Amino acid sequence: MEGTLFLQLLVNGLIVGALYGVVAMSFVLIYKASQVVNFAQGEFLLVGAWACWWLITDMQLPFWLAFPMCLAFMTIFGIVLQVTVLRPLIGEPVISVIMATVGLSIFFQALMKWMFGVFAQPFPPIFASERVSLLGLEVQSVYLLSLVLSVVIMLGFWWFFTFSKHGLAMRATAFDQQVAQSLGVSVPKVFAMSWAISAVVSAVAGVVVGVVSGVSSGLSFYGIKVFPAVILGGLDSIVGAMLGGIIVGVLENVAQYLDAQWLNWGNMINVAPFYALVLILLIKPYGLFGTRNIERV
Amino acid sequence: MATASPLPCGDFRTSYAADMTIFPTRNSRIALGVGLVLLCLAPLVFGRYELSLLIQIGFLGIAALGLNILVGFTGQISIGHAAFFGFGAFASAGFVKLGVPVVLAIPLAGVATALVGLVFGLPAARLKGLYLAIATLAAQFILEDFFARARWFSGGVAGQVTENFSLFRFRFDREETYFYVVLAWVVLMYVMAANLMRSRDGRALVAVRDHYLSAEVMGINLAYYRTLSFGIASFYAGVGGALYAHYILFVSVEAFNILFSIQFLAMIIIGGLGSVMGSLMGAAFMVLMPEAVQSAAQALQGGALDRALNLGNSLNFLREMAIGAAIILFLIFEPDGLARRWRLIKAYWKLYPYSH
Repeated sequence: MEGTLFLQLLVNGLIVGALYGVVAMSFVLIYKASQVVNFAQGEFLLVGAWACWWLITDMQLPFWLAFPMCLAFMTIFGIVLQVTVLRPLIGEPVISVIMATVGLSIFFQALMKWMFGVFAQPFPPIFASERVSLLGLEVQSVYLLSLVLSVVIMLGFWWFFTFSKHGLAMRATAFDQQVAQSLGVSVPKVFAMSWAISAVVSAVAGVVVGVVSGVSSGLSFYGIKVFPAVILGGLDSIVGAMLGGIIVGVLENVAQYLDAQWLNWGNMINVAPFYALVLILLIKPYGLFGTRNIERV
Repeated sequence: MATASPLPCGDFRTSYAADMTIFPTRNSRIALGVGLVLLCLAPLVFGRYELSLLIQIGFLGIAALGLNILVGFTGQISIGHAAFFGFGAFASAGFVKLGVPVVLAIPLAGVATALVGLVFGLPAARLKGLYLAIATLAAQFILEDFFARARWFSGGVAGQVTENFSLFRFRFDREETYFYVVLAWVVLMYVMAANLMRSRDGRALVAVRDHYLSAEVMGINLAYYRTLSFGIASFYAGVGGALYAHYILFVSVEAFNILFSIQFLAMIIIGGLGSVMGSLMGAAFMVLMPEAVQSAAQALQGGALDRALNLGNSLNFLREMAIGAAIILFLIFEPDGLARRWRLIKAYWKLYPYSH
């Protein structure tokens, strides 16, 4: 019995971790392309999920129509944010850019609470069967879908950065902005595109979480959970972000298990990743796959 | 970021002593004296409500100044300042519970918070920029969790009740009297900060901010000064928190969340990074803005706009949105904050009406 519970936690951790990984990837995408640390990543999930919820419940649209519309909206949202808020701050100190995204974060959090209230709203059911049995474990079908979706997004990222023209332009910009510019890459366009893609991918994650556990302001906490994941994986590594996300997801579930079994401290599921974060920063601040920053005078 | 305020035309400094003065001109000294006297008269003029706003500006201004020393002068960022503010509040309440008089509990709470800040500052000595931002974010959550769990320290979910400030059996239990306590602390802490900035240590902090590699080459111990700056910032936060505790008389965990930390950051951005007086201006802005939002909402009450947007029930959200918008707008349009605007206004009137 103990073993099954542990296995269940592991699977849960894997599924939640894959979602963290997806959000972490979209975080790293922005950081790589435009060197902006986005503290408003969680608000992308929040805005995306609320937009989709609003289209389905208030506008009475079917899911297959509402979802693409929501993604289209998020594309515009990401581009508008980049152009209006982040572009004027290019060349400003790191602190200013961080604070601007912090400001964005609390602005949209409050705006969403104002527009949609503080209570969690359930998504209308999208799938007929709620639970499926997999290898003897009970798994919610939405969770299964989210795992599949995460893998699809990962493969999409891989394809995008390896083969597509825009992905290559983005990598070139991340490597060296001036050289990329001289080779005909439009750097402002790359910046805007990275924000748009990041917003869309986060919104997908937001909708998945919303379908599983309802849409509420708690969604923005995913944006904060992203930090342990990306620091663990290395700030500028997409593979690292994915792996870091999965590790954090498993870690917090295991921490909760240990807590419930022996420690009884409570709230470990939310705090354990941050203890891990501080440890990683002390031991290996550039993470598992990040490039080590070498400074010369 | 910040620059020293330019000297008025014709004011040449001929000695080191003149160069080191905090208030360079005669007029600035007179203005300071008159301002202080006027502030001392405030309880005679203002009602309790206005005084409570001034008291809030006072203790928030002290904590914001600490954060400004860390962020504006040393260039180290912290997203966990509210946790240290809260630690000071709980520590002061705890000292009072152990039988320490409130007069001593406030500075003791500052020292205790400084020690905690040094512990968190040790890893900060190795980190900078976004890594430090993320580390302090972790500190915020860890400390918040600690407050919620450590019942012996914070009273847990129930919170901690504490006493009024009293001196020689006189209880400062009303706004009219507690105002003077806060005012005394504000003056003390701001003079200390202004003093720090013209000392060797203060210049070392600024050097670390401006170019840490050059600073290190010139013989400034980076780890020492980064940790020191964290300790000083925590000391200020602790004193501010203690003053808050003995004003509210009830300290509870929920107050010191991440939103409060962001408010401190907003104060120093709005006031001006790297400006001592800017911290106070930022705190004043942050205290008075919700009042403005509220009165705007009240002015619209009953109108069509009010019914459409449901203003009355969402004041909290409007306030948070205003904070976020203020941060972004100031960063884009006035990155040096109110302090610079104030200098421009002064420069304008100095030459009025022939300002060109």
